[in-house]
Amino acid sequence: MLILILLGINLVAAAVLAATGDKRYAPEVNILGSAATFVASIFLAVQVYYEGQIIAGREFFFVDEFNVYLAVLTTFVSMTTAIFSRRYMRHEQERGRVGKVAMRFYHAMFQVFIFAMLLALLTNNAGVLWISMELATLATVLLVSLYGTPSSVEAAWKYFILCGVGIALALFGTVLLYFAAEKVLGEGSAALQWTNLASVSNRLEPTVLSLAFVFFMVGYGTKVGLVPLHNWLPDAHAEGPTPISAVLSGLLLNIALYALVRCKALVDGATGNGKAGQIMMAFGITSLLFSAFSLLRQKDIKRMFSYSSIEHMGIATFAFGLGGAVATFGGLLHMLVHSLTKSSIFFTVGHASQMHGTQEMSKIRGLIRGNPLVGWGLMLGVAAIAGMPPFGLFTSEFLILTATIKSAPYLAPLFLLGLAVAFAALLRKVMPMVFGPAPESQGSLHPAHTPVIVHMVIVLILGLYLPVFLSQWLHAAVRLLR
Amino acid sequence: MTQTLAAQINSVLAALILLTAFGLLMQRRIYGLLHLFAWQGVFLSISTAVVGYTAGLHHLYISAILTLALKVFALPYILYVLIHKLNIKKDVEEMVNIPTTMLMGIALVIFSYHLTAPVRELSTLVTKSTLAVALATVMLGLLMMITRKKAVTQIIGFLALENGLFFAATSATYGMPLVVELGVALDILIAAFIFGIFFFQIRTTFDSLELKEMEKLKEED
Repeated sequence: MLILILLGINLVAAAVLAATGDKRYAPEVNILGSAATFVASIFLAVQVYYEGQIIAGREFFFVDEFNVYLAVLTTFVSMTTAIFSRRYMRHEQERGRVGKVAMRFYHAMFQVFIFAMLLALLTNNAGVLWISMELATLATVLLVSLYGTPSSVEAAWKYFILCGVGIALALFGTVLLYFAAEKVLGEGSAALQWTNLASVSNRLEPTVLSLAFVFFMVGYGTKVGLVPLHNWLPDAHAEGPTPISAVLSGLLLNIALYALVRCKALVDGATGNGKAGQIMMAFGITSLLFSAFSLLRQKDIKRMFSYSSIEHMGIATFAFGLGGAVATFGGLLHMLVHSLTKSSIFFTVGHASQMHGTQEMSKIRGLIRGNPLVGWGLMLGVAAIAGMPPFGLFTSEFLILTATIKSAPYLAPLFLLGLAVAFAALLRKVMPMVFGPAPESQGSLHPAHTPVIVHMVIVLILGLYLPVFLSQWLHAAVRLLR
Repeated sequence: MTQTLAAQINSVLAALILLTAFGLLMQRRIYGLLHLFAWQGVFLSISTAVVGYTAGLHHLYISAILTLALKVFALPYILYVLIHKLNIKKDVEEMVNIPTTMLMGIALVIFSYHLTAPVRELSTLVTKSTLAVALATVMLGLLMMITRKKAVTQIIGFLALENGLFFAATSATYGMPLVVELGVALDILIAAFIFGIFFFQIRTTFDSLELKEMEKLKEED
């Protein structure tokens, strides 16, 4: 029941906003809808915390420790993004970049997007997971081209085609999974349910599942943005409106990784040889290294941070591939803190580029003088994303590094190299933007303070101390994945 | 209908689907592509119905009808209307090296047979020899998307790829659970509307539907 309410709120909000999205109060409705889902997800989380796994709606939905923490994260970030979007989009409207129809569309699709991600997380069915991943893509494709500029249309087309093809391959993987599962579980939806599959994973045919994993890896890997399947990601993140960049980067990539990790757990159960993990490690470390060096070459601020997302998704994928309690724990924590930090960075980046009317880094200067909150927000956000203590990413990266030294020592130098290069590149690019005198052209604006502050405080707290409920959750999730 | 007869009919249909996939790869005229795509849908639908009949599974009839409605009527119709509105029906795509593309296509078919060999040995179904064809159709759709330079033809390649996936679902297993099939069909329908909007957006921003105009977003060195 609670799950239906959770999913229903978004749909109702989407319908309301489709009609009233251009009104003056529409951003508030958007915030209200997102806040209501956040509250509902908290209730769900409390229920899972006390009662353990929930299976509901004729086994159509299931909630365990792994997906509930992602669901809470999704609703939380979508709520703060909605708050950020209120001022940001109002400013864009004043600059005349979006019209009335576009605003209606934007608000409605924002809610549909959140709905699709929550459905992907909470469904028990591997097929429905695929469908909602595709729906999440479709909902955001036209948001990327919202401004209608040539480069945004090109970015959206690339996003549509590459992710469409990628995810089509994941469907082939799902067909193969069903083919293997149907022999054990019989026909019908039961054979695609995670709860059933997990319990019989050692009886599934290993050859079929290995083949299926290749398709899952390529398919969902495209959506995670792993190198060399990442081509769509920097374009889509850079050309769309910034609130969309924040949720794409902070949330959608996580959901795709969630799908991949679920598949990996099944495949490992069937083959028992850890090949799937090795493939994920290879993709992860390649993404980390490639994007770290790409960071150095960026000129557009949003493009740079989307490469940083590829880097961090690479780290998390690597951690899940490595397996074992420490690495998996690190990976789960990394997904959480990266999502919070990266969306907060995108909030400040959005304000910074609005102040200067450009996304070119060479023209953005003196942010701290111009607007201390934006300047310090960006500086601290970058310090956090680069893995400096005492922020949460330091903890998760340290855990992953420890696990790497223990179980795959030959990869530790590469891992460190990637982190070091990314660190240097980010600081080199961001320092001049933040410090120094403000240029004449810099405009003033009234930024949305709350989301940035809240996100950064949480990331800081998670770096210093992990609350008991969270560590219990993550430990339970680790047990599920082993 | 005996099992062997059904298997034979299905093999013929699989061959026809593969043939249309190759046809799509080399057809240059846009209406020709639409017709071929619709025919592929017809074969797909019949094949689904045959599998449903022999296995006695009624939900496969629903997916056969769904395929017929969506792939044979709705999508080609939407594309037809779009082509008409955009006034590109006379467009002929210049393509370099059709023979090379064909050879690559053949290599992909062989590769698909090789890749699905372990799965085929496990399969006890009437349809077991068709999984390789399904994968080959997917691969050929991909090849078409790579070799074509127009937005509309890329979309047709994408839809042909989806046809391959549908065929895989009926040939490897007796169709996916109904909820999944309905969901996938819904997604494709939404995608159809989105690419429709896209065509107009591309046209108004770039003045043509040639994708070679879209080469601005590249890494600068």
